[in-house]
Amino acid sequence: MYWFRKWIKLNFKLLDMNVRSQIAMVFHLDKCIGCHTCSIACKNIWTDRKGAEYMWWNNVETKPGTGYPSKWEDQDIYKGGWAKDGKGITLRMGGKLKGFKNIFHNPNMPVLDDYYEPFTYKYENLFTAPEGDDQPVAIPVSLITGEPMTPKSGPNWDDDLGGSKEYARQDVNMKDLSPEEQEAMFQLERMTFHYLPRMCNHCLNPACVAACPSGAIYKRGEDGIVLINQKKCRAWRMCVTACPYKKSYYNWTTGKSEKCLLCYPRLENGQTPACMQSCVGRIRYLGVMLYDADKIYEVANSEDHDLVEQQKAIYLDPNNPEVIKAARANGIAESTIESAQKSPVYKFVIKWGLALPLHPEFRTLPNLFYVPPLLPTMAFVKNDTYETTTDQFWGAISKSRLPMRYLASLFTAGNESAVETVLKKLMAVRLHRRDVTVGDLPATEVKDAMRDSIMDKETADAIFRLTSLPLFDDRFVIPPAHREEAMEMLESTADTKGNSGFGFIEKPKRGL
Amino acid sequence: MSNYFFFIGLPYAALVIMIMGSASRYFNFGFKVSSLSSQFLEGHQLFYGSQPFHWGLSFLFFGHLIGFLFPRSVIAWNSIPLRLFILEISAFGFGILALVGLILLVFRRILNRRLHMVTSVMDIVVYVILTVQIVTGLWIAFFFRWGSSWFASVLTPYINSVLTLDPDIKAVSALPIMIKIHLVSAFTMIAVIPYTRFMHFLVFPISYLWRSYQYVIWNWDRKKIRNSTDLYPGVKSRNN
Repeated sequence: MYWFRKWIKLNFKLLDMNVRSQIAMVFHLDKCIGCHTCSIACKNIWTDRKGAEYMWWNNVETKPGTGYPSKWEDQDIYKGGWAKDGKGITLRMGGKLKGFKNIFHNPNMPVLDDYYEPFTYKYENLFTAPEGDDQPVAIPVSLITGEPMTPKSGPNWDDDLGGSKEYARQDVNMKDLSPEEQEAMFQLERMTFHYLPRMCNHCLNPACVAACPSGAIYKRGEDGIVLINQKKCRAWRMCVTACPYKKSYYNWTTGKSEKCLLCYPRLENGQTPACMQSCVGRIRYLGVMLYDADKIYEVANSEDHDLVEQQKAIYLDPNNPEVIKAARANGIAESTIESAQKSPVYKFVIKWGLALPLHPEFRTLPNLFYVPPLLPTMAFVKNDTYETTTDQFWGAISKSRLPMRYLASLFTAGNESAVETVLKKLMAVRLHRRDVTVGDLPATEVKDAMRDSIMDKETADAIFRLTSLPLFDDRFVIPPAHREEAMEMLESTADTKGNSGFGFIEKPKRGL
Repeated sequence: MSNYFFFIGLPYAALVIMIMGSASRYFNFGFKVSSLSSQFLEGHQLFYGSQPFHWGLSFLFFGHLIGFLFPRSVIAWNSIPLRLFILEISAFGFGILALVGLILLVFRRILNRRLHMVTSVMDIVVYVILTVQIVTGLWIAFFFRWGSSWFASVLTPYINSVLTLDPDIKAVSALPIMIKIHLVSAFTMIAVIPYTRFMHFLVFPISYLWRSYQYVIWNWDRKKIRNSTDLYPGVKSRNN
């Protein structure tokens, strides 16, 4: 179908765009306080049950750190995502034939110990313990076997650089840094970290979908949410390996894979996903993006340093009359186009160019973008004194605590200038606002910063407003699924006419 | 009398149970159709058990299938001793492979505490049937030579007669007891498919070979709905 469309396009210039809509997200890392409220909200709704205890569809990591599951970014271990292979891209874990070869034993699949063994405490022991010389304690027991165990790791045991020898030093993104740079990062005075909340990216080129032998995983055409059909999943568990972000999880008791569903039942009702609704730092933004589906392969196949720019180019301007025409022709609802025009994601990613995808080199074209953290520039030890003064008000970006190369490894596949551009813009906004509210900065410094990042005062103010003072409806622009029609995204209502209910009514019980 | 039960009654019962049961499980209890992989709980030992077991069993399955579908070709192939030896030795080798794999898998399941949590009674039934099946199979291959030749001339006509609803058990009744056990256990295995993890063999995802990598489902074709004059427009969703 793809080649057919491409052929028609080249020869007849009939189809210029294949517009689809996609729910996309922006996380503003400068605002993340690492409180894990998002993870808990998600856990309480979706994964607080047998077989899913170890799953955190949404989790918050401390960077530098190894994350969850341990070292998920290291594709030499897990073989996730796509890799450039000669002219095209292939699944790093291998194509279809290799998938069949590994179907009886998948050599690159993370196992329980790579995540952590879930545990609880025997609290009733505090009440029922017989009288003795010692205070009774609540001993930890495994949630899998029910036997006493010693917890050795958990989903956020590297929180705030705890145990940094085991965690932060093992960070996969350190490999590009020289030993001196690494050493510098772990000097006590320079030590720095930031949080990285992660969830399913609902990618445009999802590797999990491509790897599923049963064809149980699919992307919803209407909003681009990637879902696993629980009735078609047969536990071949290839998606767990294929997802480079390790956001598809195997439920060990039902024998099915599960993943973040972007709270689609909430979205269809116009509510925000639970992790976003509960976000204390208000770092999360959600909106709809229009993109050209014909370009997916081409973009995923571009060179490493070019990936971010190429991915930005796949998203279409929802105010462009041509795009609107093509979107209507593709059956995209008027209300969705309107939402796309108001989308905060479009502003952050395309209009202002402030947000970057996480690890674009995995080539899945993720739809979750991060505004990189503008870590405060550092103080340093000079002649045995703790020097905090800098020649500029906030110091230079290039002197920030986190090496630029580290951020580039996270967000731009190693393209340092792309990260620097974003950080300069963020700094320019800060300087501009300082100038407006306090006015103690030399005029040239502000002017230079604004000129360097090619920004006018209106844009800077708009960025400031959407960053610091956004209302709920500014952060979340959810395309109406038309509640009265939302059910039809799941089922044809006519099929169930005269019946008593909809949907999946089988108990999720393990098969024989 | 027992021959009638085991070689006429049992095969038909097994086939009926397998077909009806599998269809019912597939269509009514789709959620419960899964290979129930336990790699997530224990991934290292599984390699040494699962790989030889599955590959051995797959080759044996297709070997039996070829013996049934093309009996004349098998006999013709066996007419030269060297070719016969190659066939028999490789079949025996795959049998050993499957047996070793099975033993490792059973020990893995017994020794690993986590795996006890996901072991059902039917899993034990599966292990028993498989052990009987593979051990008798190896026994037969070793003591009653050459299996590939007489399978084609004795059992192929019998299975044919069963499938054409005109069962002829004269030849089968005269077979040694080990072969009879092998047959009965095979029928039992067929019968329990819908009620055990054997089910995953029926849903082997062969269609992955020809489907495209990306899979987008339009649950609801808005354009079609707007323009339709149908009373119940829209495309029936395929995802539920």
